[in-house]
Amino acid sequence: MANFIDRRLNSKNKSMVNRQRFLRRYKSQIKKSLADAINKRGVTDVNSGENITIPKKDLSEPFFHQGEGGNRNRIHPGNDQFTTGDHIPRPKKQQGQGSGEGEASDSGEGDDDFVFSISKDEYLNLLFEDLELPNLEKNQLDKLIEYKTVRTGFCADGVPANIDIVKSLQGSIARRIAMTASKRRELKTLDEELSELEQDNLEHTTDIKKLKKQIKALKNKIAKVPFIDTFDLRFRNYAKQAVPTSKAVMFCLMDVSGSMDQATKDIAKRFYILLYLFLTRTYKTIDVVYIRHHTQAKEVDEQEFFYSQETGGTIASSALELMSDIIEERYNASDWNIYAAQASDGDNWADDSPHCSELLKQKILPQSRYFSYIEITQRAHQTLWHQYMKIAETNPHFAMRHIKTVDDIYPVFRDLFKKNTTQAA
Amino acid sequence: MATQKKRKPLDDSADWTFELLEQYQAEIERVAKHYRLDTYVNQIEVITTEQMMDAYASVGMPIGYNHWTFGKKFIQTEQTYKRGRMGLAYEIVINSNPCIAYLMEENTMPMQALVMAHACYGHNSFFKSNYLFKSWTDADSIIDYLLFAKNYIADCEHKYGIDEVEATLDACHALMNHGVDRYKRPQKLSLDEELKRQKDREEYLESQVNTLWRTLPKNSQTADEKIPTFPAEPQENILYFIEKNAPLLKPWQREIVRIVRKVSQYFYPQKQTQVMNEGWACFWHYTILNHLYDEGLVTDKFMLEFLHNHTNVVAQPEYNSPYYSGINPYALGFNMFMDIRRICENPTDEDKAWFPDIAGSNWLDTLHFAMETFKDESFISQYLSPKLIRDFKLFHINDNEDNNYVEIAAIHNEQGYQQIRSMLSSQYNLSNIEVNIQIIDANVNGDRSLTLRYIPQNNVPLGSSKDEVLKHLHHLWQFDIKLVEEDEQGKDIIIGACPSPKDEN
Repeated sequence: MANFIDRRLNSKNKSMVNRQRFLRRYKSQIKKSLADAINKRGVTDVNSGENITIPKKDLSEPFFHQGEGGNRNRIHPGNDQFTTGDHIPRPKKQQGQGSGEGEASDSGEGDDDFVFSISKDEYLNLLFEDLELPNLEKNQLDKLIEYKTVRTGFCADGVPANIDIVKSLQGSIARRIAMTASKRRELKTLDEELSELEQDNLEHTTDIKKLKKQIKALKNKIAKVPFIDTFDLRFRNYAKQAVPTSKAVMFCLMDVSGSMDQATKDIAKRFYILLYLFLTRTYKTIDVVYIRHHTQAKEVDEQEFFYSQETGGTIASSALELMSDIIEERYNASDWNIYAAQASDGDNWADDSPHCSELLKQKILPQSRYFSYIEITQRAHQTLWHQYMKIAETNPHFAMRHIKTVDDIYPVFRDLFKKNTTQAA
Repeated sequence: MATQKKRKPLDDSADWTFELLEQYQAEIERVAKHYRLDTYVNQIEVITTEQMMDAYASVGMPIGYNHWTFGKKFIQTEQTYKRGRMGLAYEIVINSNPCIAYLMEENTMPMQALVMAHACYGHNSFFKSNYLFKSWTDADSIIDYLLFAKNYIADCEHKYGIDEVEATLDACHALMNHGVDRYKRPQKLSLDEELKRQKDREEYLESQVNTLWRTLPKNSQTADEKIPTFPAEPQENILYFIEKNAPLLKPWQREIVRIVRKVSQYFYPQKQTQVMNEGWACFWHYTILNHLYDEGLVTDKFMLEFLHNHTNVVAQPEYNSPYYSGINPYALGFNMFMDIRRICENPTDEDKAWFPDIAGSNWLDTLHFAMETFKDESFISQYLSPKLIRDFKLFHINDNEDNNYVEIAAIHNEQGYQQIRSMLSSQYNLSNIEVNIQIIDANVNGDRSLTLRYIPQNNVPLGSSKDEVLKHLHHLWQFDIKLVEEDEQGKDIIIGACPSPKDEN
């Protein structure tokens, strides 16, 4: 006896819960691995998942097992050269052959790292867990409304271009079946009567003639039911739906004066990547504008932004001015959600700092959703930091943090964007 | 067979259909009956690759409780499979009644036939007739029990939080190998009874925690004198001891300990009969399909594909091959069963000397007897023949850490047969593979510390993971744990403790 059951259509993701449990348990290790991975990405590369590497020993599940040493006996197949009493040097460890059962039970837990990939969504979720978009509440209130045409089922009238053929013909079949049902039933009984008479031995010529006439009349009636009727027609219906605008622009401002070395720029780059990833969670289209400055500011592409070296003094206000100009020119604040991140080593021409502060207060902050400033330096703060401190006190959507080393970047980012009700209020 | 009329062969196209599966199944069943294979009713489920990986991850349990370790196994399986490092097994079969076997969608028709003969008649009849499975597992109730376990643990997660339950399960998993009764046969379970008993236990235990009773000075003088040590005898089933005696475990935690223990017990016979079980299944798929071929029911084309796969399965790489990873249980088991049949049908003088009781006997009777009455260890020491030792060119290596070399202790010659046979047999003796750790003392009247003793086999020390395991044990017992090992003078030396003395400083 055997019963066959086709289970192929059953859900495939029986292990999904267990997979999530696994990710949940090893969150801290996974996050560590993520932090390394971020550095290897381009700022706008957000469409791929990520490979996660966890040292295998962190994952092992311990159980009592035999260690190495002692007096062991093993049987192996394929003797090709040995005779009883041969002495052979002990094979070095980790060479698969001759591994005792005690060690074998420990296998699968080698020194290799445990590598697996997570999907893009899992990646982003882990990256931005517990983080919140700055000023989200306010955003939702003053987000610009756009309209989008969406399909909303079918209706009985409309323009010919919108006729849905399948739906219409379905209606036509249904109507034809409904309208001819009684006649078909009648036709069937008449057909049966006719064949009975024809098989009868007696002559029924007149009856047969009468029946045939009736059948013909019925068939005509059935044929007269129209194939398609205006009643059958169905049109696709459309409606306009309000959608909040999903456009954002992100300004990356960076000091590229001689005092900024490549390591510092790399730190800044990570910060921009994180911010970009973060914004993609809420906005569909994001423009990124890179502005680099020394004594003069210039709009550049990503490659140049991060990897070309210039020297000179530092006037931070030049970048802010350029940003303000670009906003006016291309990114109307009523159409775009504006975010900005400024990175610097804190060096600025002392007389310029008050000017920066003015620019921010007057022009930029009123138009932006969020402006973050990170200072990457090992030295004491200079004038720019102190000026910005004053702004931070009065503007909830201005944030600033101090980063010393690469390891700081992630905590600082989390700190900047953590769920903070007082900030949003 | 030769006298039978050649019949029209079954369709041998590579693509399978359900009708074709049924035709093959019917023929295989007929032949299996002819060879007196007694089976549970088969429930054959066709599944996809992903589902097969799911099944892998839950160690073949059709219903498993949720735990991260299964997620880890799934990810591992998926990774290695995607990289093409590993093919998936063609089948998984579950010791239950009805006997559930999974067929993979991707298999060709000859493969499906092989799998049906192998799993649905080979393994299935083994599950039903081998003495270990008969007395240690209950095929009728396992699915119900797993369902009960899954729901119970999900329930606990709701009530007490995922983290709490996970910590308890982790601790239990670490001790899973020590949750087995090796000698005492477990009771049969049924779902209703289990639910009722679980309620009873919970109520009883709750009634025990009545704080009023605790304050009573219970005739303390006599108790102190009477109980020198507890437990009276060393206990090897650590999880059982914990379930019954851990002082501070909550009722639901005891139940989880019990669930892990039961699952471990359920898999215990499979560990002990790997060679026999696989060998038996291979022997029958080979014999049944050849029988069908002799009857003319399957074509040459079918047989070629079948033999190709069969040969892969029962291949034994030699010790110096890059593919060598120990003795292949399929190869050893299959060849031993084939060899027993040969000894019965065409015994040589050597066989007559070594196996006087079976040489020339009815092979089918002898095979059934062997399958029903042995486990790997005893099966090998009973039936491994000199011819097979020669065929496999087996040799015995002694690796003593006192020497700076390893020694060839025996090879496949007249002087070596006995030694190789007994060594190979002990290699499959679970008590040689799994470490021997017993609870010797629980200081119930003092500081409630728990003492375990490790008894080394052949001077093999305990692996380094012991400290981690002790932490898990401490999680369950919640008082001090000590692990001792007896030295040559018979004195106990402490080799591990939790909390470790270092932590306290």
